[in-house]
Amino acid sequence: MRQQLLARQPAYGYELKQGLEQTFGAAYPQPNIGQIYVTLSRLEKSGLIRGTEVTQEGRPDKKVYEITEKGTEELANWFEAPTEGPRVRDEFFMKLILAEGTDLTDQLTLINNQRRHCINMMRGLNRLAATERGNRTSLLLIEGAVLHLQADLDWLERCQEELT
Amino acid sequence: MTGAEPTSPPLLAAGALVRSHLSGSTLIPAVRGISLQIDRGEFVAVTGPSGAGKSTLLHLLGGLLRPDEGELWLDGRRVDRLREAAWARLRRRHYGIVFQSGNLLSDFSVADNIELTAVLAGMPGRTARERRRELLNDLGLAHKATAGPGELSGGERQRVALARALVNRPQLLLADEPTGNLDSRSTRDVLALLARYHRQGTTIVLVTHDARAASTADRVISLFDGRIADDARVEEPPAAWQSATGVRGVIDFGG
Ligand SMILES: Nc1ncnc2c1ncn2[C@@H]1O[C@H](COP(=O)(O)OP(=O)(O)OP(=O)(O)O)[C@@H](O)[C@H]1O
Ligand SMILES: [Mg+2]
Repeated sequence: MRQQLLARQPAYGYELKQGLEQTFGAAYPQPNIGQIYVTLSRLEKSGLIRGTEVTQEGRPDKKVYEITEKGTEELANWFEAPTEGPRVRDEFFMKLILAEGTDLTDQLTLINNQRRHCINMMRGLNRLAATERGNRTSLLLIEGAVLHLQADLDWLERCQEELT
Repeated sequence: MTGAEPTSPPLLAAGALVRSHLSGSTLIPAVRGISLQIDRGEFVAVTGPSGAGKSTLLHLLGGLLRPDEGELWLDGRRVDRLREAAWARLRRRHYGIVFQSGNLLSDFSVADNIELTAVLAGMPGRTARERRRELLNDLGLAHKATAGPGELSGGERQRVALARALVNRPQLLLADEPTGNLDSRSTRDVLALLARYHRQGTTIVLVTHDARAASTADRVISLFDGRIADDARVEEPPAAWQSATGVRGVIDFGG
């Protein structure tokens, strides 16, 4: 997540925290500064971002981070792949909000890809329901999944209305 | 010599359609430049938020509204300038249309509503009766044949309107939210019926908010603010993926 913000411009750890707070507001659980530094050093070790020491008068040095080529590539893949799994809204929302200000993708593309993905999944559930005809327990579970997908699609429509 | 076959024109082609509605003295743009092609035998779903222009587009495609700008071609023939009488003939011969409001003649029984449509198009009464029986059966409404439209629920009325639109086995079915008021079981009946007509060659344009309905189509067009935001083929996830994951890709179960 920190990496996405870095795609916009190089930043200090503290600036990233502020950036996250400004972008997501109080509705999104905010990481503390410690978690931010832990994540940054993990990303640096994997070569996705690069930190440069900056000397400061009378204070300890601080590090400014920027995204690497490898990091940008990974980020582009993350944007491109549809989001899956039960926490889809969390992760997709991240993509949607953080896409702004990077030139890796745009919000309409993200929404369209995700919509396609949901509809294809729905198609799969239709087929699953056809093979499970007669098993009421299984059908109930599938119906639950169908309703989840419908909710995701309705929410995507809301995102489109608000953001694009 | 190349054996290039003469390609037949698309069943329906729209070029830069524009249409506004007059509300009081203000013009409300509903369709703001839509181009699309629908081939014979395609099953296309049209989705999008309320007010996106779905019904307006469907009315344009059926000649029930004229475009302010743009062109419409049916089977290679330009039709956007046709007079109402010519359109009425085209519709009777080629189209089945289900309106969002479920259009039925209130003074006739359910059975007559359906049979009359067939007889007016030149079908012998006996065939019309057989088809009507079959359609009402498929839609779970056999017991309502003698009822009047006023004695039906919203969802029943919609299904009768669908039966009426299908009784002539039209080339092209335009259906506006035919599952809008339906419970899950009736939705399944309607979708199964659409799938069957589609397999038999009917071209279908289905306006729907319901993702399950949309996902039965081959292609989904997403409208937004009077324009096409996306136009995509529906692809089935691979069967192997399906049997390995069940519903896990969607809900947190057994993870
Ligand atoms: N007869 C009319 N007179 C005035 N405005 C209209 C008329 N019909 C539609 N509109 C307006 O045109 C726009 C598109 O309407 P349309 O009915 O095509 O939307 P829709 O996508 O079918 O919506 P819904 O999902 O609610 O059925 C809306 O802003 C609507 O208010
Ligand atoms: Mg409508």
